[in-house]
Amino acid sequence: MSVNPDVLGRTYPPIAPYQVSREAVRAFADAVRAESPLHREVEAARAAGHADLLAPPTFAIIVAQRAEAAVVGDESAGIDFSRVVHADQRFTHHRPIVAGDELSAATTVDAVRALGAGAMVTFRTEITDLDGNKVSTALSSLLVRGEDQ
Amino acid sequence: MNITFESLEKGQEVASRTVALSRADLVRYAAASGDFNPIHWNEPFATSVGLPNVIAHGMLTMGAAMQVVADWTGDPAAVVDVQTRFTKPVVVPNRFGTEIEPSTGLNITAKVAALDEDERTARIDLTVTAPDLSDPAVPAEDAAALKVLVKTQVVVACR
Repeated sequence: MSVNPDVLGRTYPPIAPYQVSREAVRAFADAVRAESPLHREVEAARAAGHADLLAPPTFAIIVAQRAEAAVVGDESAGIDFSRVVHADQRFTHHRPIVAGDELSAATTVDAVRALGAGAMVTFRTEITDLDGNKVSTALSSLLVRGEDQ
Repeated sequence: MNITFESLEKGQEVASRTVALSRADLVRYAAASGDFNPIHWNEPFATSVGLPNVIAHGMLTMGAAMQVVADWTGDPAAVVDVQTRFTKPVVVPNRFGTEIEPSTGLNITAKVAALDEDERTARIDLTVTAPDLSDPAVPAEDAAALKVLVKTQVVVACR
């Protein structure tokens, strides 16, 4: 199997706090072709009841992937990143992310299963504010191809 | 949340969009997301790991697809849950001289799949296709449409 099964259930250390900037929100909105002014105009976001610019719903991937990097970079996990294929992704938002937020995130390995010579590994990343309140839960499954796949 | 629950019917198409993609769009997404995996911008690297060509970030495809629903809501904070499965890569061939031209595109359609009266939420399911450009000998206009995402579901909180 292309992933060490002993990592199952392991929770990796949280990321250094990530501060959501207005420009990061605007750049991400442009990149995914978001059209809503709530991602770009502070007044429009405030008029809709948000504290500042609203991040697009998949913006959370930036923070989630920083946390997942702890697993991928853990040599004992044995994940060869050049053989990784993103298999599925889910976000459950407990509240919207807005510019000015300071976020933390930590990844737990929720599942590891053999798939031929390869393996499917599922990460659960809890994104929180710096007081520990839940912001978003990200579930990512990666297919790590084996030698002949 | 600007969508009224009672205004929705199962099966109703709520949004559709075509998103053209060029290599420049992949570089833009790499910068915005921090995902600089070379399979998304370096063709020799992509082919060396067994891919047909440079491919789009799965999260660019997912983000652009579900954004159609987010924009439809009027307030994207209404999106409380979003998920997808990545089935086929979106191949993005090189096509630019001095002007950047898109070389592929996503076709996205969003329909109401389920309504939860207790939670006042709607599950919107997306169909997302892109041309199969994995064989450079097949011209883009003759390429078959591939379902690049499946089980793409967006849960929207309604008024």
